[in-house]
Amino acid sequence: MEKNKKDIRILAIETSCDETAAAVVQNGREVLSNVIYTQIKLHTVFGGVVPEIASRKHIEKINPVIETALSEAGVTLDEIDAVAVTYGPGLVGALLVGVAEAKAIAYGARKALIGVHHIEGHISANYIEHKELEPPFLCLVASGGHSHLVLVKDYGVYEIIGRTRDDAAGEAFDKVARAIGLGYPGGPKVDKLAREGNRHAITFPRAKIMDHPDDFSFSGLKSAVLNYLNQCQMKGIEVNRADVAASFQQAVIDVLTEHTIDAAKRIGVDKVAIAGGVASNSSLRSQMKEACTRRRIRFYHPSPVYCTDNAAMIGTAAYYEYIKGVRHGWDLNAIANLKIGERR
Amino acid sequence: MRILAMDSSGLVASVALVEEENLLAEYTMNLKKTHSETLLPMIDAIVELTGIDLSGIDAIAVSAGPGSFTGLRIGSATAKGLGFALKKPLISVPTLEGMAYHFVESDRLICPMMDARRKQVYTAIYRFVDGELTTVMEGCACSVEELIRKVNELNQEIIFLGDGAAMAREMLEEGVRVEHRYAPLHMNRQRASAVGARAFDLYKKGKTQTAAEHAPVYFRKSQAERELEAKGKHLASDSVSRAH
Repeated sequence: MEKNKKDIRILAIETSCDETAAAVVQNGREVLSNVIYTQIKLHTVFGGVVPEIASRKHIEKINPVIETALSEAGVTLDEIDAVAVTYGPGLVGALLVGVAEAKAIAYGARKALIGVHHIEGHISANYIEHKELEPPFLCLVASGGHSHLVLVKDYGVYEIIGRTRDDAAGEAFDKVARAIGLGYPGGPKVDKLAREGNRHAITFPRAKIMDHPDDFSFSGLKSAVLNYLNQCQMKGIEVNRADVAASFQQAVIDVLTEHTIDAAKRIGVDKVAIAGGVASNSSLRSQMKEACTRRRIRFYHPSPVYCTDNAAMIGTAAYYEYIKGVRHGWDLNAIANLKIGERR
Repeated sequence: MRILAMDSSGLVASVALVEEENLLAEYTMNLKKTHSETLLPMIDAIVELTGIDLSGIDAIAVSAGPGSFTGLRIGSATAKGLGFALKKPLISVPTLEGMAYHFVESDRLICPMMDARRKQVYTAIYRFVDGELTTVMEGCACSVEELIRKVNELNQEIIFLGDGAAMAREMLEEGVRVEHRYAPLHMNRQRASAVGARAFDLYKKGKTQTAAEHAPVYFRKSQAERELEAKGKHLASDSVSRAH
């Protein structure tokens, strides 16, 4: 691929959970390749991700995935300006594979090294398909491990507005999916079944935290679904699983949408984005879009492939760190509980 | 011919730059520090101080297991990343063989032992015949009792080394009925110079891998997989998706 002298190309690596991913991103927003090896099938039998199995798979797949990312981008390692890698949060053993590999490649090829926060990557996924999107904006991050409302004040400058007090939104999806026999991963399965159900059939609770209107809580909702299923069983009533899925999903979406819109109005931002695995939920997207349109807020969301874990988003986030001069040392370590906006 | 060798299979982190019959530089640490923070900086320190450019080396050797799962993967990923970036072959050195190479000219049996937790050690028994490593007992994860039984059965003079030998010292003293010794402090743990020495012999036998091929050898399945197999089930096969 023809390279303009000013072009900045970043090889990005992501291994924080059960996806081994590598991508080449040019000038922050142009994805030259985005390769994902997904282990989902491997973990399905366990009903969730097994860290040791994920780590073992990462080490087997990481080099082929990186090599494919470079060849699909049509660039050699020499034509790369920096190597970026997710260094937290995530499963520490899984993160360490990507971190050690990225450091060694950067070291061996004499490239800059940039560690990236996984969630900051998810937020940055919005830049890829929306070339006009620039901070400030409010971003709802919802995935299997995270539920955050984040104010993106500038590139690489984040303020957490709200967070979950217990379960992440995606976690609630997984637990409810298991309870109604849909299996892992729960998000897409609940989304699909919910389309056949009535979202007003059952009224599940929408939690509000006193004095912290921007925070989330999903464990009460999850318990309410489990209680409902138990009671039906005790009374011998046949459960309409599609209605349960639709009603549960609606409760989650109502909370996510309301909190996001309320915070956006209060802060005074006119742009809202969503990110993370739950952002690929079709009903969340349409309801959020509707709510934003009503209030003249511009709404952004990534395509599903950029919602779930991928390395392109890491490359995008890394670009804005790179142009600020951020570089990491050869002692970069994986940090399982790295905070959004934290720099180590 | 030059080899960059490393070992992060246990508590020790060790890096060495070796030539045939010559150790150019070695950096070994036996402290509770994460290998992720030490291994590459140690490589960098050797490169800086020796002024030797890694693009001039012939191969990268890595202690490939058994050992701490995470430690092995840090070494493996470091070797794979360097091998890919520098376009060099990898040499996968069994950790226990690397340890045995401390005693390459000894005529005793050599028994490296690594603390494998769960009341087991990763161990093997070797003998050098005309400078050539031969296996007397294949590497395995076993109880100290089992190992002692085997050692007594062999009934030959033996040297124990490794953190497993330190951990099981009392049991060895009580149970071993043959003449035995413990390695001195400079030879009783993993060291990259020994990994490099073993790597030379494997290299001459053509035993190299590409960076993509290399993966650690664990000796143990993950706990989740063992529990799954106990129920008569197995892991699903691969699936790859590509997106753009």
